[in-house]
Amino acid sequence: MNLKAIKAGKIFDAANMLFLIALCITILYPIYHMFIVSISDGHAVLRGDIKLWPVSPSWDTYKAVLKDPDILNSYKNTFLYTTTGTLINVTLTAFCAYPLARKKFYGRSFFAVLIIFTMFFEGGIIPEYIVIDALGLINTMWAIVLPPAIHVFYMIIMRTFFQQIPEEIYESAYIDGANDLRIFFRIILPLSVPVIATITLFYLVWHWNSFFPALMYLNEKSQYPMQLIMRNIVIAGNVAAQESAAASMNAMITGQNIKYAVIIVTIAPILVVYPFIQKYFVKGMMVGSLKG
Amino acid sequence: MKTEALAWKQIKSSGYLYLIFLVPLVYFLIFKYGPMFGILIAFKDYNVFQGVLNSEWAGWKHFESFIFDPYFWKLVRNTLLLNIYMILFYFPAPIILALLLNEIRFTAFKRVVQSISYLPHFLSTVVVAGMLVNFLATDGLINQIIASLGFNKIQFLMLPEWFRTIYISSDIWQKIGWGSIIYLAALSGVDPHLYEAAKMDGANRFKQAIHVTLPGISSVIMILFLLTLGDLMSIGFEKILLLYTGPTYETADVISTFVYRRGLLGADFSYGAAVGLFQSVISFLLIVGANYAARKRNATSLW
Repeated sequence: MNLKAIKAGKIFDAANMLFLIALCITILYPIYHMFIVSISDGHAVLRGDIKLWPVSPSWDTYKAVLKDPDILNSYKNTFLYTTTGTLINVTLTAFCAYPLARKKFYGRSFFAVLIIFTMFFEGGIIPEYIVIDALGLINTMWAIVLPPAIHVFYMIIMRTFFQQIPEEIYESAYIDGANDLRIFFRIILPLSVPVIATITLFYLVWHWNSFFPALMYLNEKSQYPMQLIMRNIVIAGNVAAQESAAASMNAMITGQNIKYAVIIVTIAPILVVYPFIQKYFVKGMMVGSLKG
Repeated sequence: MKTEALAWKQIKSSGYLYLIFLVPLVYFLIFKYGPMFGILIAFKDYNVFQGVLNSEWAGWKHFESFIFDPYFWKLVRNTLLLNIYMILFYFPAPIILALLLNEIRFTAFKRVVQSISYLPHFLSTVVVAGMLVNFLATDGLINQIIASLGFNKIQFLMLPEWFRTIYISSDIWQKIGWGSIIYLAALSGVDPHLYEAAKMDGANRFKQAIHVTLPGISSVIMILFLLTLGDLMSIGFEKILLLYTGPTYETADVISTFVYRRGLLGADFSYGAAVGLFQSVISFLLIVGANYAARKRNATSLW
């Protein structure tokens, strides 16, 4: 290679790194901006003075937000829907993936087609609403946690993992007198902890972030998950309750402070655990992409 | 006879497997095939009190009424345009990011960029829409920047001509990193010998990327492209629902938001189901057709 090519390569490397740094700033700054606005003094927020650092920071906004009964209650609801939903998800996904991974399961290709077909064709939201209504699930938690019980893509990831378990394991287990049920709980599940952990994380995040099912099926404010309460505060701009709470604390807090604080409160759990669990998500994507 | 006997033996010996499978099967029949059966109401005048089976038949009435409705074609146009812009601007973005990341040799730097770029994928649609609504407000971050540069403030979310730009650029912001994972996985599978050979032939890094790297991941690109085509008639509708305002319906209202508004909020169930069915059928035909074309050309296909 000649000198010119090497020089061009170096210029490209530098430009490439600069571009990627710019991308990272574009991603991180908006989140950082919301945080510094949320803790800054309301007067400075109104003047638009918050650029890189917070101005006379305090936690008053967060105190006002975390005192709000609607927000607290919605947090509780989200916690309930997320844990129950994920438990149902993981159990049913494993129950579906295991038989489909077994060669001796007669009719498995028929069932696989039956299930994969639902990835490409669906009834649509109106017929789905009618089914949920007919089952009497409207205004109950079950309308939120049951309909998304099995995500076909995650089921395929799990099945692919189960299929990689060698046939000899089954054979020696049969010799020891174990049946398929026992093999599933005693051998297959313990061997599959990594894939189950990854898929659990996927489902957890899905439930934590889910908002449309609640909008469709829940009519009582006391049942709303926090994504729905957040929508009312952040997008529809209903901040009166929090503003009066803040006023009683003698703090200068604007609607903007409150909105950003609410967003930060909802994404905080994700931001905190994200660095530690990120690699499991990526691994899950990789497994899925092998045979997706 | 022999295969039948064998099949029967297999069924008998996998009783527990059927037992386990029963719950997921019932789930799919109720929650996935139940709604498919419910599509019947698209051909009826659905009445809550009479139920799906006993409501009066209406034939193709609902289909005729939307096909001759000019507003419906506006919805089709909006849905298609949004998707076509997504294919033009969003689809290549993660591929480009993967190629750029692939050129970075400094692994620690690469890993940090990757971790940061995946992050927005984990934010909910409500959070992203909430950020957009507040940043794009007249006193929001973006307009502060515009004003400080000496330009006039723009009421972004009230202007129909801005909607598509906002929708697509925020999608790129949220998904570029996560979308690149699958391409990076494919890139790590490209045979290093091919690069050696290309170097021997005097190919520079740009030429290597075009002639070795891209062909190496073309099958993954093809699969994702097919899946994108299948979604041509539906679009991430939650974000639109959160972002659109009366004045922006002109460009923002799509088939699925219309189905939600008219069918569910307006309680016009049969009409909504008919529009929804039209959308599902076109999507299904698109993905089957695209897959058929890909297979015929001997390229990678979904099945």
